[in-house]
Amino acid sequence: MTATSETQTLNRDLSAWKQVLIVGLLFGGLALYVTLVGIVGTFEDLDIIEKVITLGQAILLLTAIGAGYVAAGRAPDGAINAILGSAIAGFMAGAALSLLILIGPVIDLRDFLPNASPQLYDLIAGIDILGIEDAKWKGQTFPVSFWFPAVVGIGLGALGGLLTLLPRHARVLIILGVGALVFMGLFAGILRSPMLQNGATADVARELFASNGLRIPGVVLILGIVIMVYLVHVLLRPAQRYRALPRKTQRHPAVVIPAGAFFLLVVLMLPLGFTGFIPSVIALIALFALMGLGLNITLGLAGLLDLGFVAFFAVGAYTVGLLTSTGEFGIAQWPFWLAIPFAILVAMAFGAFLGLPILGIRGDYLAIATLGFGEIIAILARSDLLKGVIGGPRGILDIPKPIEVPPGDPLSGPNQIYYISLVFIVIIAFVAYRLRESRLGRAWVAMREDEDVAEALGINLVQTKTLAYMLGAAFAGLGGAVFAALFGSIIASSININVSILVVTVIIIGGSGSIPGVVLGAVFIIGLPELFRESVAEYRFLLYGIALILVMRWRPEGLMPSKVGRQELHQEDLPMEGEGGAPPGESGAATPDAPAASTSGEA
Amino acid sequence: MQTTLRPKRSPSRMETAFEVAVSVFLWVFRIVLVVIVVVGSFMTISSGKFSLETWVDLVVNGAVQGGIYALVALGYTMVYGIMRMINFAHGEIFMIGIFSGYFAAVILDDLGLLNGNLFTSIFSFALMLIIAATVSTLVALAVERVAYRPLRNSPRLVLFISAIGASFFLQYTVSGLVGPGIFRYPSIEILDEKIGLPILSALNLSWLDVVVIGSALAMMAALYMFVMRSKIGTAIRAVSEDKQTAALMGIDVNRAIVTTFAVGAAMAGAAGVLYGLVWGQVQFFTGFIPGIKAFTAAVLGGIGNIPGAMVGGFVLGEAESVGALLIIDGLGVPSPSQLKDVIAFTILVAVLMFRPQGILGERLSRSRA
Repeated sequence: MTATSETQTLNRDLSAWKQVLIVGLLFGGLALYVTLVGIVGTFEDLDIIEKVITLGQAILLLTAIGAGYVAAGRAPDGAINAILGSAIAGFMAGAALSLLILIGPVIDLRDFLPNASPQLYDLIAGIDILGIEDAKWKGQTFPVSFWFPAVVGIGLGALGGLLTLLPRHARVLIILGVGALVFMGLFAGILRSPMLQNGATADVARELFASNGLRIPGVVLILGIVIMVYLVHVLLRPAQRYRALPRKTQRHPAVVIPAGAFFLLVVLMLPLGFTGFIPSVIALIALFALMGLGLNITLGLAGLLDLGFVAFFAVGAYTVGLLTSTGEFGIAQWPFWLAIPFAILVAMAFGAFLGLPILGIRGDYLAIATLGFGEIIAILARSDLLKGVIGGPRGILDIPKPIEVPPGDPLSGPNQIYYISLVFIVIIAFVAYRLRESRLGRAWVAMREDEDVAEALGINLVQTKTLAYMLGAAFAGLGGAVFAALFGSIIASSININVSILVVTVIIIGGSGSIPGVVLGAVFIIGLPELFRESVAEYRFLLYGIALILVMRWRPEGLMPSKVGRQELHQEDLPMEGEGGAPPGESGAATPDAPAASTSGEA
Repeated sequence: MQTTLRPKRSPSRMETAFEVAVSVFLWVFRIVLVVIVVVGSFMTISSGKFSLETWVDLVVNGAVQGGIYALVALGYTMVYGIMRMINFAHGEIFMIGIFSGYFAAVILDDLGLLNGNLFTSIFSFALMLIIAATVSTLVALAVERVAYRPLRNSPRLVLFISAIGASFFLQYTVSGLVGPGIFRYPSIEILDEKIGLPILSALNLSWLDVVVIGSALAMMAALYMFVMRSKIGTAIRAVSEDKQTAALMGIDVNRAIVTTFAVGAAMAGAAGVLYGLVWGQVQFFTGFIPGIKAFTAAVLGGIGNIPGAMVGGFVLGEAESVGALLIIDGLGVPSPSQLKDVIAFTILVAVLMFRPQGILGERLSRSRA
């Protein structure tokens, strides 16, 4: 080996170590972030394994392990280097928290960062784990165990590094197992309550689940299931040489029909198996799936980003409110079913009225303009101007239920909303499905792909856009109408931008243009946070924001996209709109910042 | 600007019934808007309900508000010019500026500097501006790095949705860090005093008004000089015109984009301090609506156009401040100030409909579909 190649190796190693340090710094920042933003403290209330580990602790531990895992990949070649690098990164992640503990007694951060509380310091200094009872934070006491997070970080980081050295199957199994434990730990309480209702399952439930988190037998069982499923999956996988063959997409009817029937049964029986607040969560999921499918026509098919969804939602809700309410502002006391067509028609008319002026504008401008509409309607809803008609901030009360049933009936309460939403979902899905293959649907898709070409092919842009916008508005109005019936009232504060953002998020995360994707999105976006109402509520929009960025970066077609959507968004080397629209041949190679962007994207 | 493929509409082409209906509708819309404005203004003025002093106050308030909008609008317009994207998170960058200024002010107040004497007050004010601009810039650069740069070559909507995500992430991060409550901004007392000079006393100006308008104008002038005269400013303009050619001329496109974000964020951060001093309170979603309004100002002035953003900001500020009373009150609407925001959004929609190129700008919003 010559001197120059040695220098080169040295340089490469040095830059690798530098990368390890950067990883450590980033994860240190991440540890501080989750601590100070309050995630750790809030999730201290959620046990994953009863009396063993909480979600808050798990997040901190996973941060350090993650630091090690990532750093091991950046460290110079060799197992020793990988472990060393991951231990360093883990140490840095923990040391950030140590620094926080040291700063604590000097500067009272609570004036600015209310989460930097004594309880938090106690937690990250491991006071309870170490059993230093008399060192409990008094505000002035010197933090005796400030070294705790840093030292634990070394171990956890090394653990993360070890993980990368394991054979692939073992690594995947561990990650899956931890993921399953966290997931099931969160759901333990929710699964337990319906199981307790039934004498046969009650004992099992008590054995496996605590009211908050898993019990040890539950942990063993879940890990067992994960290992079993994984083994079955690996053993049954076709051999390498068959894998390249095209998948058999046609499923056998003997499998499809019973599976479909079972699925249908589950969907139909779903809210009946639960008590407490869960049926209303399920009803809300169905309602948002309904609205998502409505907006999906505008956004998924026609490609118009509508951030003013709430405007038509409000129109639908207030129309139903005015027509059916038995209270102060009701004008007709009609039954719900008679009011629904009117709600849809009025919302459609608003869609045309608001849509026509602005549909000539380009995508992101349209989004902002519709956002403006949403705000205008929200302001009008709570203004004094319309107070005499729609009740101002207090809104319209006493909206009757669509179906009057005695209490205790399976259709009472939110359940009927669930079934009503289900019926409308089927209708909208059918409409959307038929439209997609129609002349109009193809015109929408063409317009979404390239407006100029679509126009050149004889598609009237404004007309086509208006139709998409009106249909979206109609279903938004329907959603609002059902919403009004669900809560029995409309208050002006429920008409806000968050409704629009939620529905857009449901579609984007689920998979725009895809019907199962939207349903999945509703389950994820609406269902999961609602289930953990108290603790997650504060952070749900934070998590949505992160989810939107991550999905756009790695899977812009959504979690469960339609086939077409997936193909469209994965043509990375084609020139994109923002770049000036040079012909494909030229700019594919010549786009100046493309190489820079892609290399930095990997860093 | 590349030429679009869209054919020029020839007058001889037969218009379909639908197109006729649309244009009739749009004309009705225009006429109704004009009638509302004229009737409202006429009724208010003829009723003589408000004195000259009220109007002067409103004009001054409008200018103060407009200066802040203009500063924020600069960020939108520059980023739009260079990346052709609406930086939806810019309102949050502004909000972070307000908060940074708030914390700086609280600490300075504790140290007794904020209201010590004239000199320490000026020093505190300058320090608040610098801290807010710095923090906002750092956050904006992080957002650019994480949420925008990897998507630079993606379709426009992908980038826009990522920006929405960044906006929510920032809002709720701040809410988590400092709590969701309302924070009262410490005031700099000498700024609240009225100006006693004989000529200006008719305007009933406080020093704060003068400082806000003055520093907004000064910052805009500095920015304008920076963009027009400095080397990197020239690079920014070149990249805005044509990225590929600029790169071929040896311009570091990435550096130009990052600088644009940094400069826009610094303006927004400084504007945040001014906003905090004027409005006296801040909350984690304070930046959202002003952000959209500042975008409106950018569109109003002509997006991508720096003087346009300044003009648009002041016009929007005046329209909101004066218009709420002038137009809406005349129509007999109860509590017209509630509908202030409606004016801004109506202006946004009306500009996009009838003059998408804005007061000074190019017609970007309809081209490059």
